[in-house]
Amino acid sequence: MSTKTIKKPTSLDDTTLIDFYRQMALLRVFEERCAEQYMLGKIRGFVHLYIGQEAVAVGAISVLQKDDYVTTHYRDHGHALARGLTPNSVMAELFGKSTGCSKGMGGSMHLFDAPSNFAGGYAIVAGHLPLTNGLAFAFKYNNDKRLVATFFGDGALNEGEAHEVMNMAALWKLPVIFVCENNQYGMGIPLEDSMANPKLTEMAKAYGMPSAKVDGMNVLAVRDATEAAVKHVRAGNGPYFLEFSTYRFRGHSMADPVLYRTKEEEGKYRKLDPILTFGEWLISNKKATQDQLDKINLAIEYIVEESVKFADESPFPKIDDLYKNIYAETT
Amino acid sequence: MAELSYREAMAKALREGLVEDERMFIIGEDIGPYGGPYAVTAGFLDEFGPKRIVESPIAESAMVGIGTGSAMAGLRPVVEIMTINFSLLALDQIVNHAAKIRYMSGGQFTVPLIVRTVTGGGAGLAATHSQNLEGWYASVPGLKVVIPATPHDALGLFRSVRKETDPIMFIEHILLYSTRGEVKDDYYEIPIGKADVKREGKDFSIIAYSRMVNVSIAAADALSKEGIGVEVVDLRSLRPWDRDTVIQSVRKTGRALVVEEVWQTGGFGGEIASAIQHEAFDDLDGPVARLGGLDVPTPYSMSLERLVAPTEATVIEAIRKELAR
Repeated sequence: MSTKTIKKPTSLDDTTLIDFYRQMALLRVFEERCAEQYMLGKIRGFVHLYIGQEAVAVGAISVLQKDDYVTTHYRDHGHALARGLTPNSVMAELFGKSTGCSKGMGGSMHLFDAPSNFAGGYAIVAGHLPLTNGLAFAFKYNNDKRLVATFFGDGALNEGEAHEVMNMAALWKLPVIFVCENNQYGMGIPLEDSMANPKLTEMAKAYGMPSAKVDGMNVLAVRDATEAAVKHVRAGNGPYFLEFSTYRFRGHSMADPVLYRTKEEEGKYRKLDPILTFGEWLISNKKATQDQLDKINLAIEYIVEESVKFADESPFPKIDDLYKNIYAETT
Repeated sequence: MAELSYREAMAKALREGLVEDERMFIIGEDIGPYGGPYAVTAGFLDEFGPKRIVESPIAESAMVGIGTGSAMAGLRPVVEIMTINFSLLALDQIVNHAAKIRYMSGGQFTVPLIVRTVTGGGAGLAATHSQNLEGWYASVPGLKVVIPATPHDALGLFRSVRKETDPIMFIEHILLYSTRGEVKDDYYEIPIGKADVKREGKDFSIIAYSRMVNVSIAAADALSKEGIGVEVVDLRSLRPWDRDTVIQSVRKTGRALVVEEVWQTGGFGGEIASAIQHEAFDDLDGPVARLGGLDVPTPYSMSLERLVAPTEATVIEAIRKELAR
């Protein structure tokens, strides 16, 4: 873990800061309700909760343009919500409903939303990295100043595709921000037991790619680091690698009993909770009052409750939809 | 009419695409100064420049990823994978990603990607470089698989393929590049999924694709001298494949032999044979026969390699055997 939650002075206005809190709290409450709905059998398959990592998605996505692309891994609910997908459309997708952001065809691990340039959650570890380069290649081909931010876990760096992709991105100066969410474990394997060199930014250096290792529990640090990366990449200087040290408070998926780490370790990270620490910072720096935050939390409970209701009441895809969208002629 | 080699027909098809569509580019290994491992893109780098003719590191997965992502973003990539054997290194990008994105995104993202690659053995390259894996791809919903046997079909099919908005495996054969054939001067297209009766006959139907079409035609020519009329149906596409033309031919002849180069076990021909026996059962005068490659990794030595894939002689033998039942 890099630093304690140091909060340096910020030039951001109070509204923006409070919105960071609101977004992170939304992600948290949304995931808690997902866990509950999974246990109730409303959500099928694998569900990978983003709890603990909220500062990364919220801070990083906040500095992207609306027309940049975002791609991510299967722990993707947080990125989708931070990108502006509605809780209704994401929850409905998890319920497998036709009102879901992927029309019920993708589920938890495959959220898509073309209008917000959310080019997908992908469930094969590192599998989205090659096509992320492709999205960026198209921008470069068209002399378009847009970029792609792609999120992946520390475990993805052990896949061969990650090497191919970072080499190619650096070689051709593709506009990609590689956002590594280092939550310390690839499923149940600790980083140091799976990587010969656990200093991830040294990997970026091997490709001649600028990089930064930043506290991923601090939304402002995440935001600032990503802003620097955006500036570099948008200027046509090629890709940038960000490592955000973070921690998932829950198991790898809902199916994970978390037998591979200690309660002490979990307790240590709980103290760094990105939402609690940021809330405390907002209050102690007089950016917000406890009353304001309470109201936000209450509003979020309502929004998420509504999303569950919306998902529950939405229709399932029709039998005709089974053969739709396999090919152009079946759309 | 002009006589072109398969190589020249492919070069013509690609050149047309690059000239007509600014969104199209080709990415591959050694397609630039080297001119392409099979010389299909010779001269292209000078003609179209490095923006359109993209020399790739040897990284098949990343290369197909460039294709998939740029296709999602509106370009029309042609990814050249040097041989179908190397496409195994990109299987994740082709099968898990390109083929799934339209479906999984509920139709929001599309992947108009063309993967050109080279199948087949017979060139003395041994087991890792002599496989016919097109049938594997043909089993994947979300992909289309096109596999022309002649210069005429290669050009006409490519013209259709580049208007598609789905990922397509365009499979050429290593031993076909130097074969020659008539190609119409006037513009024409060949629709995907339409088989072609390459040679008519009344007694026996052969269903084949890629280089096995030529082998089958040679066998049919030889048998015709004995008064046995063999019809050769060239599938041209494996996914979708043209049931109607195949069934129609078998209904006429009452006999069928499915010929392919791939290992017979699990070969795509099993799918064809199964459909024939089910849909044309009442018209059959004998069991549906199959002739595929031997179930061995292709050996290097010529003395053994020549035994592996069907030949004119083994096709003739297979038909005689069926007729003698």
